[in-house]
Amino acid sequence: MDSRITPSESDDPRWIAQLKDHDDNSEQELFAVVAEYETPDAVMAACEKVRDAGFRDWDAITPFPVHGIDEAMGTKQSILPWIVLGAGLTGATVGLTLQWWTNAVGYPFLISGKPMFSLPANIPVTFEVTVLFSAFTAFFAMLGLNLLPAFYHPLFRHPRMARYSSDRFAIVIEAKDKLFDREKVEALLKGSGSIANEVLFAPAKRAALPKVFHGIGIVATLATLIPLAFIAKARFTHSEKPRIHIIQDMDMQPKFKTQAPNALLAGLWGDQRASLLPVEGTIARGEYVADERLHYGQEDDGTFVTSFPVTVDEALINRGQERYGIYCSVCHGMSGDGNGTVNQRATALARFGGKGMAWAPPARLSDERILLQPVGELYNTVTNGKNNMKGYAAQIPVEDRWAIVAYVRALQKAATVPVDSLTDEQRAELQSN
Amino acid sequence: MSLERVMPVGLDNTSDDPSGRQALIVNNNTYESITEKVCGVVEDPRIDKRWLAMFIVALGGLGMLFSLIVYLIATGVGVWGNNMPVAWGWPIVNFVFWVGIGHAGTLISAILFLLRQDWRTSINRFAEAMTIFAVVCAGTFPGIHVGRIWLAYWLFPIPNQMLMWPNFRSPLLWDVFAVSTYASVSTVFWYMGMIPDIATIRDRAKHPLRRLAYGVLALGWRQNARAWHRYEKAYGILAGLATPLVLSVHTIVSFDFAVSQLPGWHTTIFPPYFVAGAIFSGFAMVVTLAVPARAMYGMKDIITMRHLENMNKVILATGMMVGYAYAMEFFIAWYGGNRYEQFAFINRATGPYFWAYWIMVSCNVLSPQVFWFKKARTSIPIMMVVAILVNIGMWFERFVITVTSLSRDFMPSSWGYFKPTLVDIGMLVGSFGLFFTLFLLFLRFLPMIAMAEVKTVMNRPKQEESAERPEMAASLN
Repeated sequence: MDSRITPSESDDPRWIAQLKDHDDNSEQELFAVVAEYETPDAVMAACEKVRDAGFRDWDAITPFPVHGIDEAMGTKQSILPWIVLGAGLTGATVGLTLQWWTNAVGYPFLISGKPMFSLPANIPVTFEVTVLFSAFTAFFAMLGLNLLPAFYHPLFRHPRMARYSSDRFAIVIEAKDKLFDREKVEALLKGSGSIANEVLFAPAKRAALPKVFHGIGIVATLATLIPLAFIAKARFTHSEKPRIHIIQDMDMQPKFKTQAPNALLAGLWGDQRASLLPVEGTIARGEYVADERLHYGQEDDGTFVTSFPVTVDEALINRGQERYGIYCSVCHGMSGDGNGTVNQRATALARFGGKGMAWAPPARLSDERILLQPVGELYNTVTNGKNNMKGYAAQIPVEDRWAIVAYVRALQKAATVPVDSLTDEQRAELQSN
Repeated sequence: MSLERVMPVGLDNTSDDPSGRQALIVNNNTYESITEKVCGVVEDPRIDKRWLAMFIVALGGLGMLFSLIVYLIATGVGVWGNNMPVAWGWPIVNFVFWVGIGHAGTLISAILFLLRQDWRTSINRFAEAMTIFAVVCAGTFPGIHVGRIWLAYWLFPIPNQMLMWPNFRSPLLWDVFAVSTYASVSTVFWYMGMIPDIATIRDRAKHPLRRLAYGVLALGWRQNARAWHRYEKAYGILAGLATPLVLSVHTIVSFDFAVSQLPGWHTTIFPPYFVAGAIFSGFAMVVTLAVPARAMYGMKDIITMRHLENMNKVILATGMMVGYAYAMEFFIAWYGGNRYEQFAFINRATGPYFWAYWIMVSCNVLSPQVFWFKKARTSIPIMMVVAILVNIGMWFERFVITVTSLSRDFMPSSWGYFKPTLVDIGMLVGSFGLFFTLFLLFLRFLPMIAMAEVKTVMNRPKQEESAERPEMAASLN
């Protein structure tokens, strides 16, 4: 069989010249014999003949799906529905598992005491995911089984292709078929009611991709690696800088902030301060300090007071005990030993899991350093805080702060009393507790 | 085919004769003339002045929508009229309106396909296009309604640094899955239906750029019978999937309301009522689009009066269903004996929004009643007026459901009256700009009629009538 170009009655020389031009004069090889038909009925009748002749690599071209042609061609039923069934079952499983894992396991979502996972509430999403998987699979499996997308095919160079996708019908028997014999095939098709027979040529070798596309491909591949490289760098390095804050949410509001100048206000009342100073000679409610020793725990010269500015009696110490229990004991412990529940927890965390965690334990109130502090300094610590401890001025009124200081003194006394100085009754009482 | 007597092909195919079947494509069209007509629109190098005028107007609307969205994001949702107690307002009204419009496209492409209603082939392509563009409009509104739009991805189950997941027991999340599945499946269905027609345009294209563009879109489709076999299998499966999908989508949209406890929302009638309303409004939109399109592009032989009449019958039927649902809501409110429910419905008809309620009833229930008469069903002006009234009425239906219920809940101390702002109005008008921009681009650049499908329902030509062997060489020049 000579598959090279040989001018024949149906090989139009102009067309072949065009093809050779188009393919840089490369050798042309016979691809198929194409027969044209005018009606769907004619092409169906012809299909039956080709089917009965036993060809395998052939197809009919019809501008629309012709019903009945599958039987005429002997096409086997497609496995597509089974693929879609598999995808649908996968979709249902994925949908259900996704909801179960995310709402009942990964992030247990308790809403109005409802069960973590209950089928009725999860049916809508399961259904949608099933449909989604099935539909996409139906589409892509259809393309895949049809070997699409295929942007090159010898048929596309057929000058009658525009008719075959409009109003004419064709049968294409490809040269690669085992039974292919050009004369016999042409004779078969001529006798099948065709209105025209043609041969279709294709370049013997597929043309090489132009060099410029290699360059584009390499550059594009490298370009896609750039963002990945940045992500990898961010993943494996440390940065001291805060994260980039693209969306400011409500961080940037046109509002007046304390301790910040605001140019708008200068025009309004000649001062850029957002909070106005009090009118001269006035004092705001709650800001009047009648007794500075009481309020600041300091003498006029700035040294700490060494005696209580309040009357110390049993009522004050009891009050101090109660307040101490509320505010101080969580860190310093009920007995002032510096081992309150916060300390116990933090120490445990620092020991077992605290990567990079530093914990400065609260002070033991009977330390010599604290024993030597004048009451004014204790008061100052309660008021303004020290090191990790925050100030309690906002939470505890002045009198209660002094009550706490009085109770701390009581705790210190209890912690430092020698055992020998206790009476037998006192020892017995302590041991019975 | 041969067992059925096909009636003589004339211009009027609206009459019914029990002895035969009316032609769906009139005026002696052939396969070739269908291709010429449909591809001619896409291939015409001239720009139609009417198309250009409409496109400029639509583009203006789209521009307004985008500017308003930028304004909204930069400023905050306070630019809308939404405020307690009516936190949903127009954005959600517009969302339900547009997503409902979309449903007719899927009904035509999927449900009528399964029911073997051959007349669907003339209108399914642009009804599906309408679906997708309506869903684009619909998806915009909840997207921008979330407030902090840059966090809208929280709607999807994406692993994140907070180790948190969305709540899958919320109807709002079902909605995310339903609408996004609907949008993507409709797009796949539409695109797959278009591949053979795009291949036809590719094969006819002369300009290399056109050949490249349509060639890429056609994915190398060659109209071969073995591919058609799998294609038809896939098409049937997609139709079978899209049918329950379209019903589920508006059912789930109705769950957004029905699963809540609010009087006027908390009713089991919502799913079927919403689906019927969606099909009703969607068909009205198809008529609104089909009538001018078929006149402008000379498609009167393909989208015949019979097609329009069939759609008007669907509008009449679904309009009656919607009317029945309105009546049944009142009946159940009374029969259920719940005083809050009773108040909600009496308030709808006689309260501060009574005007919206009666616009809804007169547009949706009364106006389609003219379609009992064939003269009205086959009159272009009447059907245009009714279709537009139905579009208006269905928007008001969503307004009535959303706003009247929210504005009057259990405690009078929390009652309020919703007023839209100019931004609300601008966004609704702008969404029509988005819709028509997409639709006009579709008409200009893609095959508006499913050529391959229309050809399957035409009368098959007889072999004897065929012409002589054509001159092959002639096609080379």
